[in-house]
Amino acid sequence: MNNTIYEKPIIKKLQTGFMNKFGTGVFKRIRKDIDGVAIERLVEQFGSPLFVFSEKKLRGNYRKLYNAFSNRYPNVLFGWSYKTNYLDTICSTLHQEGAIAEVVSEYEYKKAKRLGIDGKNIIYNGPFKTMESLKEAAEDGAMINIDHFEEIQDLENVAKELNKKIKVGIRVNMDTGIVPQWSRFGFNIESGQALDAVKRISYGGHLILNGLHCHIGTFILEPNAYSQEVKKMVEFAYKVEDEFGYKIEYLDIGGGFPSKNRLKGVYLPPEVVVPSIDEFAEAVCDTLLENLRPNDFPKLILETGRAIVDEAGYLITTVHAIKRLPDGTRSYIIDAGVNILFTSFWYKFNIEMDREVSGTAEPSVIYGPLCMNIDVIDESVNLPPLERGTRLIISPVGAYNVTQWMQFIMYRPSVCIISEKGEPLLIREKEDMEDITKREILPEEYELKK
Amino acid sequence: MERLSQLAINDEGFIFDPYTGNSYTTNKTGILILSELKNGKSGEEIAKITSEKFNIEHSVALKDVTDFIEQLRSLSLL
Ligand SMILES: Cc1ncc(COP(=O)(O)O)c(C=O)c1O
Repeated sequence: MNNTIYEKPIIKKLQTGFMNKFGTGVFKRIRKDIDGVAIERLVEQFGSPLFVFSEKKLRGNYRKLYNAFSNRYPNVLFGWSYKTNYLDTICSTLHQEGAIAEVVSEYEYKKAKRLGIDGKNIIYNGPFKTMESLKEAAEDGAMINIDHFEEIQDLENVAKELNKKIKVGIRVNMDTGIVPQWSRFGFNIESGQALDAVKRISYGGHLILNGLHCHIGTFILEPNAYSQEVKKMVEFAYKVEDEFGYKIEYLDIGGGFPSKNRLKGVYLPPEVVVPSIDEFAEAVCDTLLENLRPNDFPKLILETGRAIVDEAGYLITTVHAIKRLPDGTRSYIIDAGVNILFTSFWYKFNIEMDREVSGTAEPSVIYGPLCMNIDVIDESVNLPPLERGTRLIISPVGAYNVTQWMQFIMYRPSVCIISEKGEPLLIREKEDMEDITKREILPEEYELKK
Repeated sequence: MERLSQLAINDEGFIFDPYTGNSYTTNKTGILILSELKNGKSGEEIAKITSEKFNIEHSVALKDVTDFIEQLRSLSLL
């Protein structure tokens, strides 16, 4: 009887009226490699957990987006949203593709320059821009989008100090039918606040308004919201041009396109729920062409983050323990928690196994290692009985996780990229004790006696 | 064990509980463990039997048997 294939024992209650016997088929969601590099090889080389980026996917997504827009409108520019993922290698790859930088803090501004990006190719957004950084950005000729009245004043002071007029954009917000409305950033169009900002800039005389910026929200599933946004921005731009004599050279419509990820509580697969990039591009470009005056093609800027990088990122994790909960549910403890998977609060990820596992799948819970009740990666995912050591590959995780991750009770893991040639390259080392403790100071009188 | 002895189990792994009217399905390993439990064997003993029968490590068998017993408990069959 030694040839009998072993299956972990399992017992399931049958629902009445649903008495078909459970198959013992092989579980389907298997991923043995990423871009041709075996999962096991990646773990051997860089450890687990491990973030893995695909250069092929990253460039592919960028080109798909760029082409969708540039095939429909003659003057398109992408600004890479640093906050979505500011690992040097990721930013560099997208800059190589032709994206400029979009930053929202002094730190990000400096990080872009450190990578070799000219200030002229940096869009500087955000509600908190320090005086020093505004001065630097103005000297560099960066594209600064003003968020509030104080910033108008700050920039006027910078202009006086530098003794030159500074070109600026303003951020506007508006009702596009999207809830919640992101009304806390920039100046509201409907209330007249945005027009007041233009009056104020015009009255001051130190700044030259040459652009409009807006970002209506994130993971927007409604292309029509972008039509609304673009229509209102064009209307407002012409009002500004006609009444104040400025020339609006760019319309920056922000980011917000969804990735092929699944929001919690949405049961249809993303392939069904998430509109294609072409639908968004069509909504934006058709509305532009319908509303712009003849021969006027201001630069269309996009700050797409998530839709470019999310699907290029994977997290390899390892099953550490298996536990039956009191209610009978099978649960797993893996080596990666919500501290490095910030987006798990919204997403129900795609979870794949590195090997075929036979046995009946049952709804299982996946917990992280954090010793905190909130550390749940998935409340219910159908999995066959997994062994300790099984690798679970979680995706898409390329957006926001490696910027918003938190160091908590353990080191943040390594990050690698699989180059287009199929070579795995380390792009961020796993942290060590020194990284975490080097800013600490232990005053002498607190030192423990030897 | 009394509850277990009431269960009707066929070779296909179909289980009927005349006491509650509920039915269940299990796999080959489950059938083996159930029948040994009915015979009054302990978890340790059953692990030994399954590890020999399927040629797997004793530690794995023991973990799986323990897990199966927990499943039975959560279904109130033990
Ligand atoms: C000003 C601005 N631009 C771009 C983005 C990128 O958005 P997304 O990742 O949804 O494309 C954000 C994200 O919050 C943002 O605040």
